[in-house]
Amino acid sequence: MGLAHTPDRATLLDIYRKMTLIKQNDEKSRAIILSGKIPMVYYSPRGQEVIPSAISVNLKATDNICTIYRGTHDMLAKGVPLKDLWAELAGKSTGTCKGKGGPMHITHPASGVLVTTGIVGSSLPIANGVALASQIRGDGGVAVAYFGDGASNIGAFHEALNMAAVWKLPVIFVCQNNLYGEHTKYEKTTAAKRVADRADSYQIPGVRVDGNDPLAMYDAAKTAIDRARAGDGPTLIEAMTFRFYGHVFGDADRYMDDGEKKAAMANDPVPRFRQWLIDNGHSSDADLSAMETAVGKEIDEAIEAAIAAPFPDVAELRKDVFAEEIPA
Amino acid sequence: MENAAASKSQKVNMIQALNMALHEAMEKDKNVIVFGEDVADPEEGGIVGVTKGLSTKYGELRVRSTPISEQAIVGAAIGAGIVGMRPVAEIMLMNFTTVAMDMIVNHAAKLRFMSGGQTHVPITIRTATGSGLGVGGQHADYYEAWFAHVPGLKVVMPSSPAEAYGLLLSCIEDDDPCIFVENTLLYFAPGTPPVPGTRIPLGKANVIREGNDVTLICYGPHVAPSLAVADALSQENISVEVIDLRTIAPWDKATVLASVAKTRRAVITHEAVKPFGVGAEISSVIHEELFSQLKAPVQRVGAPYSPVPYSKPLETAFMPGIETIKAAVLKTINR
Repeated sequence: MGLAHTPDRATLLDIYRKMTLIKQNDEKSRAIILSGKIPMVYYSPRGQEVIPSAISVNLKATDNICTIYRGTHDMLAKGVPLKDLWAELAGKSTGTCKGKGGPMHITHPASGVLVTTGIVGSSLPIANGVALASQIRGDGGVAVAYFGDGASNIGAFHEALNMAAVWKLPVIFVCQNNLYGEHTKYEKTTAAKRVADRADSYQIPGVRVDGNDPLAMYDAAKTAIDRARAGDGPTLIEAMTFRFYGHVFGDADRYMDDGEKKAAMANDPVPRFRQWLIDNGHSSDADLSAMETAVGKEIDEAIEAAIAAPFPDVAELRKDVFAEEIPA
Repeated sequence: MENAAASKSQKVNMIQALNMALHEAMEKDKNVIVFGEDVADPEEGGIVGVTKGLSTKYGELRVRSTPISEQAIVGAAIGAGIVGMRPVAEIMLMNFTTVAMDMIVNHAAKLRFMSGGQTHVPITIRTATGSGLGVGGQHADYYEAWFAHVPGLKVVMPSSPAEAYGLLLSCIEDDDPCIFVENTLLYFAPGTPPVPGTRIPLGKANVIREGNDVTLICYGPHVAPSLAVADALSQENISVEVIDLRTIAPWDKATVLASVAKTRRAVITHEAVKPFGVGAEISSVIHEELFSQLKAPVQRVGAPYSPVPYSKPLETAFMPGIETIKAAVLKTINR
């Protein structure tokens, strides 16, 4: 395949662990919404597991990401603790954000999740600032901005790429191209055949990669991250993928081509990678099953704890608006 | 600190005072960084020279001229602020903040709350505006009411060089996002030099002149004309208390209400258009809290409901001045 970087066995298993965590977390999210136990707005990342999993194994705990509303996979891959995440999804005081942010604004600086935005394209300019701080301090940190293909048509994308290129910021722009911007197909909205080509306008590397192939994704991520860390500037990665469950959970996704969806699901990257790990002698069915069971249990415990946790006090409305509490 | 060396008797203008504050902030804290269009010295240190000397002294890592990309400018400030820097981002003119509204309103203002206090955005956005320079409809608007309406933003407007110095330093050192609005005409007006090292606290109004008959609430470019009105009316035995709000959001309710409880009459004046302006909020609160004590309905002064016009006579008519403010004060005492 001519890849410059290949993950070792431990890293391969780490990638798979993140992937199964994301997949199972998504399955349990959809089930818990349908059960009525935790009602929440939910943008399923199912089908996009590989991208942040293969990227995050190349990041340090101190590196930061800025992600978007369809971002549970990015957060889990970066290490947001399940209990904190689930309590936030349930709007509880024990959540990452004390229940004040919710699914679209999960924040957990301790694991490097600095911003989750509900605004298309807004992760990029902010990631630039995080990278700018690293550049000024010379601390060797890198920042990753995650966004979708739709974001490549908003002004912030272009402003951010240009500034990052001019200032050689240690930032990696990761476009998760799932072929739809909300309900509308990529070709209908985007003049560029490939998002990656837009990097040419800013004279930075633009790479299109199969975002459902862990090895290719790992290689592209490591190349871009190493480059940023070395002070050589930003990279735009266009990771090709597909979202299995439409834009927002509950939408009828009639705008999606049925055959296209079925084909994508038949080519599900998670079981595919699982089989590859077994076929190539990196693990066994029994070992992976044990890992999957443990992960599933951890998620169940987090959900149970979230349901049992208290809601925030209404006095929280006056806190965290400013540093000083708003007088009652 | 070349400007600080100016002797006490020597007047300075707001450009010089702001420049002193920025030098002091950058000297004191290496986390203070400055960027915006044309702010570095090769680009002349800002269009009027507020940032002059900073890039030469503190280097191009910390002081940068940016692309004309307001979203990217504010976004970079937010990101750097979250990880502990204290960015001072310049958006050259207040009208240009409109293209960065997503960053300011959806992100800078809310990230502290939405993260449950895990992150905060200690940034200062310096911007300038004001009519009177013949720049027409897109270079002179006052949008302080927009920003004041967004929970999480502090909005500050200085009325003199010394005020600009003390308030800007407080904004830079504050842990919340501050919109610092400079007036383009006041840039060039000389005033008493600031005392180096002084800070003017945010959220505290300044009772500039005490009086008993009417409270006149103002800020920014309307402070000088308000004082002129108070002077003129003292000749007619009308005693006007003048309050410089200094911080528009969060505004100093306690000082304003205490004053109006004493004078039992109030006028609010600003250059922004009158409908839905800051005056409407302050007037409403005064009515809500002190209705039965008021001797007259609160009066508001603001620009007419029109875009900022170009032609000189139109622009002059657009800008509320001494006569308009005086008439509003007189209206509260039935004269």
